[in-house]
Amino acid sequence: MSDTPAIELRNINKSFGPVHANRDIDLVVKKGSIHGIVGENGAGKSTLMSILYGFYQADKGDVLVDGRKAHIGDSKTAISLGIGMVHQHFMLVDNFTVLENVILGAEGGPLLAGGVSKARQELKRLEDDYGLKVGVDELIEDLPVGLQQRVEILKALFRGAEILILDEPTGVLTPAEADHLFRILQVLKDEGKTVLLITHKLREIMAVTDTVSVMRRGEMVATRKTSETSMAELAELMVGRSVLLRVDKKPAHPKETVLDVSHLTVTDSRGVQVVKDVSFNVRAGEIVGIAGVSGNGQSELLETLAGIRKATSGKVTIEGATIDLAETHVDPAMMRDWNLGHVPEDRHRMGLVTGFAEYENAILGYHNDPTYSKGFLLDIPKIRDAAREEIEKYDIRPPDCLLKTANFSGGNQQKIVLAREMERDPTVLLVGQPTRGVDIGAIEFIHKRLIEMRDAGKGVLLVSVELDEIRGLADRVLVMFDGKIVGERSPETDESELGLLMAGAHGENA
Amino acid sequence: MSSGQLPRWVDFGLIPVLNLIAAFLVSGLVVLLIGENPLEAVRILLWGSLGFGEGVGFTLFYATNFIFTGLAVAVAFHAGLFNIGGEGQAYIGGLGVAWACLALDHYVPWWVTMPFALAGAAIMGAAWAFIPAWLQAKRGSHVVITTIMFNFIAAALMNYLLVNIMVKPGSMQPETRTFEAGGKLPFLKEFVPGIDFGTAPVNLALIIALLASVAVWLIVWRTRLGYEIRAFGANATAAVYAGISPVRVIVITMLISGGLAGMMAINEIMGSQHRLLLEFVTGYGFVGIAVALMGRAHPVGIVLAAILFGMLYQGGAELSFEKPAITRDMIIVIQGLVILFAGALEHMFRPALIQFFTYSRSPAEQAG
Repeated sequence: MSDTPAIELRNINKSFGPVHANRDIDLVVKKGSIHGIVGENGAGKSTLMSILYGFYQADKGDVLVDGRKAHIGDSKTAISLGIGMVHQHFMLVDNFTVLENVILGAEGGPLLAGGVSKARQELKRLEDDYGLKVGVDELIEDLPVGLQQRVEILKALFRGAEILILDEPTGVLTPAEADHLFRILQVLKDEGKTVLLITHKLREIMAVTDTVSVMRRGEMVATRKTSETSMAELAELMVGRSVLLRVDKKPAHPKETVLDVSHLTVTDSRGVQVVKDVSFNVRAGEIVGIAGVSGNGQSELLETLAGIRKATSGKVTIEGATIDLAETHVDPAMMRDWNLGHVPEDRHRMGLVTGFAEYENAILGYHNDPTYSKGFLLDIPKIRDAAREEIEKYDIRPPDCLLKTANFSGGNQQKIVLAREMERDPTVLLVGQPTRGVDIGAIEFIHKRLIEMRDAGKGVLLVSVELDEIRGLADRVLVMFDGKIVGERSPETDESELGLLMAGAHGENA
Repeated sequence: MSSGQLPRWVDFGLIPVLNLIAAFLVSGLVVLLIGENPLEAVRILLWGSLGFGEGVGFTLFYATNFIFTGLAVAVAFHAGLFNIGGEGQAYIGGLGVAWACLALDHYVPWWVTMPFALAGAAIMGAAWAFIPAWLQAKRGSHVVITTIMFNFIAAALMNYLLVNIMVKPGSMQPETRTFEAGGKLPFLKEFVPGIDFGTAPVNLALIIALLASVAVWLIVWRTRLGYEIRAFGANATAAVYAGISPVRVIVITMLISGGLAGMMAINEIMGSQHRLLLEFVTGYGFVGIAVALMGRAHPVGIVLAAILFGMLYQGGAELSFEKPAITRDMIIVIQGLVILFAGALEHMFRPALIQFFTYSRSPAEQAG
């Protein structure tokens, strides 16, 4: 193996208006290595990779691929230079087969037939060489996410990628699937490929990479040999101060049941049962965590309890009243009247109207509250005052309630949602993915607030695909798989046991 | 911070002006091609629309129509609905006006008839928008399709009513009898002394249109209903999360939109024609879409854009009168170009401006 680095970045600078997203970045990626890049959201990782893949041009600085200066103007050039990218959100056509997806954009001529048979052979070879088993004639929509991701990797390899960039690849995977991915990366490395792994999960960095570079606020602050560093050091480098990796909390003192769910079944618009006969309760003063790989019914469960989705059958007891969800008309406004707060999983799609000013989002869902109205009209000064109070209390930055919500960072947007839902003093708080896409500093803050809610005697139902988060926050853990609750465990339970439950390995009836 | 931010004055001032300039440059080329002097054409257009009292009067008269139809499109816009049925809603709105005027004009003065005519116009316009709204809300039938089909139904229905039912007895003209004084809105010149609008029919409806603009602003930005409309339009999923009923928002928004479009008939029927006749809407409903786009769906912008289109209508008429080479059809071409640049090519200059402003701003802000 030669000593020429696979990729070398020299003094890369990139600004978006006043934001200096990448500042004087130097990076050397050795050929045949797995190189991790960690950093908080907004640290500039994605920008840097986008420059490498030709989505953006650097304002200043050089990109060297294989020791040669490269001008990467678009992704086509990147591919021709042997750079492949596996995006966080898969770029696959659902109703195409694996084969069709792989040759998409590389059909090799106006007629498909010739290219297809060649591609079929090539795919077979790649599958064998790298242990990337996927049925070539399967439809994408029939494949689990783990396999879909392999198709993405195959796509890149098919185009002759020598350098593979993976952007947050494990977000949608079970622990077992993630392990499998890491084994594939290892094989790729052994075959001489170079892997760039972008992630914010330090554990993964420690597990698979050879070298790790840390980015903070647009700068490359350190590069370490993985064997010579620790999670604590990396976390500190990322944030710029020492961080509490564990959530600090006292034992819970649960009291009376505040939310009781019995035999809840939900069918989605395609007629598929997504929540199957689920029963559990949440008591005052405890956090109940629902663990599971995304797509196993947790989202639907949360949305049904919040009144957004209609249940097929099942009862809910809240504030002492029992409601038959199949027979009674329930909507989110009613659930709010019953003191149920809801921090939705996807703040962009559901929790916020990003085109609104901050203060307008501060009353979303509570806009019919008479305190915000003066006769026929909204009492704008009063709404703004309330928003300003929340901004101060939750340290939302920048502290400007007139600013468009889209212009806040992910963490601050999440704080806007949390402030809105928590400040109404709900009896039960439903929380979905509270720290997805949120930087470490804000994660700490959000976790603290959730514990405070618990200690103030509220019932919290937490859904998260981050097992660490569930284990750190929850007092009881329910594991969901395929729409069912397959087990209840204490948060101290061994991670591999929870992982097996999440993968549906040994189902038991709770 | 997103990189797509522009200062407000650029967004609401510079971009519309640039679009307009582009439209006029291309129009100028067209005028040049047919052998006329574009500068001369602009001079006539401006003089014809603003140069004398009667011209101003006609400009404002047309602008009144555009304010109503522009507001109608804008309100629906805020809920993410594209109501292109303003044409039909205004047409049917005429029925409401005519019924009120025909029933009352013999017995009461105009100011008693007016509220009934207004209500009639709004209710009929809203009713015509209701069925598409209901189909959209309950069945997911797209309002773009249904409202445009309802334009044709409205045309056929009015044809039938005017030819067979409402026609003045003994007349061959498919129109109602002319209203008496009790069914005529006063012309503006009658109560604004000192201004001579000549024969221009600009009337009290202009004031109603301006009041409607204020009302739309209040509803959209200052009420709970407006909050729900905007939330639903910007992010329907978040609106549902917030407990906002999509059915309610769609139906109410379309009723308001249709009502505003219907009110256009006040200006034409009660203010100018003083009888119900065929095809009095003649495209005002459609141009309302361009007015709303150009006015950024904001009442202030809509009033300004409406005046601009009023100028184009009136100045264009003068132009084709003065320059026989520039025919009526040429004027429509120029109007079409303005619509194209202001509406369809709305985003043409935006990327370049964003780049310009981010580059020119960043050094200063980084120093600070």
